[in-house]
Amino acid sequence: MTDQFEPTIIGFTCNWCSYRASDLAGTARMKYAPNVKLIRLMCSGRLDPTFVLRALSSGADGVMITGCHPGECHYIEQNYKALRRFLLLRRVLNGLGIEPERVKLVWASAAEGARFAAETTAFVEEIRKLGPLNWGKADDGPQATDHDQPSFAHGKEMEVPA
Amino acid sequence: MTAKPKFAMYWAASCGGCEIAVLNTHEKILDVDANFDVVFWPVAMDAKYKDVEAMEDGSILLTLFNGGIRNDENEHLAKLLRQKSKLLVAFGSCACEGCIPGLANLSPVGEIVHTAYNTITTDNPNEIYPRTSYDVPEGELHIPTLAKVLRPLEQVVDVDYFMPGCPPESHQIAAVIDLVIKVVKGEAELPPKGSVIGVGDSTVCDECPRARNVKMIKEFKRIQDIAPVDSELCLLEQGIPCNGPATRSGCNARCPGAGAQCIGCYGPAEGVMDYGARLITAFSSVIDATTPEEIDHILDGIPDPTGQVYRFNLAGSLLKANREAWKVK
Repeated sequence: MTDQFEPTIIGFTCNWCSYRASDLAGTARMKYAPNVKLIRLMCSGRLDPTFVLRALSSGADGVMITGCHPGECHYIEQNYKALRRFLLLRRVLNGLGIEPERVKLVWASAAEGARFAAETTAFVEEIRKLGPLNWGKADDGPQATDHDQPSFAHGKEMEVPA
Repeated sequence: MTAKPKFAMYWAASCGGCEIAVLNTHEKILDVDANFDVVFWPVAMDAKYKDVEAMEDGSILLTLFNGGIRNDENEHLAKLLRQKSKLLVAFGSCACEGCIPGLANLSPVGEIVHTAYNTITTDNPNEIYPRTSYDVPEGELHIPTLAKVLRPLEQVVDVDYFMPGCPPESHQIAAVIDLVIKVVKGEAELPPKGSVIGVGDSTVCDECPRARNVKMIKEFKRIQDIAPVDSELCLLEQGIPCNGPATRSGCNARCPGAGAQCIGCYGPAEGVMDYGARLITAFSSVIDATTPEEIDHILDGIPDPTGQVYRFNLAGSLLKANREAWKVK
């Protein structure tokens, strides 16, 4: 075991393309980073941004959203909805100090097991570089209640705030 | 004289609008006086914290607590009033979800203090800031210490009921006062603990008189940049970011009815876990574009996406604050 940071990543896959891509990667015994925990949705259009926020606030370091290629959605156009939500969500996360790169959107068809594996590995490496998010850690996150008095607000440091 | 049940109202990090809304119930305020003994209400009467500290635990029947928890004084009073009250109501948007003061969670507390003492109208060449304690011949003086983020009441103490709104509509307040009086007289029962009271059970859109179609938009615009605003048509369909789709009903769609977009002061609608996430979905649904470039171009019409979707709700959202704000050590 090395001490390198192993990111926790939640992946949302669509039932018709990207989940099958991950299945294909598995049956073809392709090697890719094991950090992603997949959750299968019927469609990327089912992706409520709440899922992403919940994942990040509960300890995930990154979130991968995958769906069918544009124009190939099983439900005709729902992946475009996912795309629009994703783009707005990234802007909102940026305002909260979360690097937009922590949320990634990948299109992968059912035949693209190799692409799914490569994108997953690349994403894990990118998150590894960004480091842990630690949002959900009780003593260090915004949930902290008893330890949240900033030390500089006591006494003289208050006179020259950061 | 038989003892009337006791009533208290307190403000923490808030503007005072909630107190005005209570007074706006007009003659209903006389019912409060007729049925309750007002023991603590700093805005309306003189009372000392030590008087509250001397009360028996649970001796206040109803406390309306407005304002978020921004400093140690707020926190002390929240815990004290929780201890002394049978029913603690998070009253108004600040106590429920942080409201506008909660937007300060976007900045580290040091930056907030720096801004407050270095505005264009504040001449502070020597960079002088208040201290939280100071020695004087008579002893040590203290002013409240700021916490690193603002927290809604529920994140600090156990809350019995939530009454959102900025401020809660006076007719809703009057209805809640009536209900509590009936409960006191044994004519009605309290709703289940944790209920959101004085509200509707749907979204602002459901109460909104404007016509909704399935129109898609090519650009978002600020309402002041559109002339004239169609008085009949859904504002979101006119490209105005309107927070109605995610917001709880209860205000009779006051703002959209009057020609202004809903800003979301009644908080998340029933079943909405994260207000901002619901709005992201709602705004995304009207964008008429399929390429990332085109979508991004349309989204440029919302200059402050985080402030737009979390205007009233940031401190009560899943992420609660900007990372830089809560990381302050």
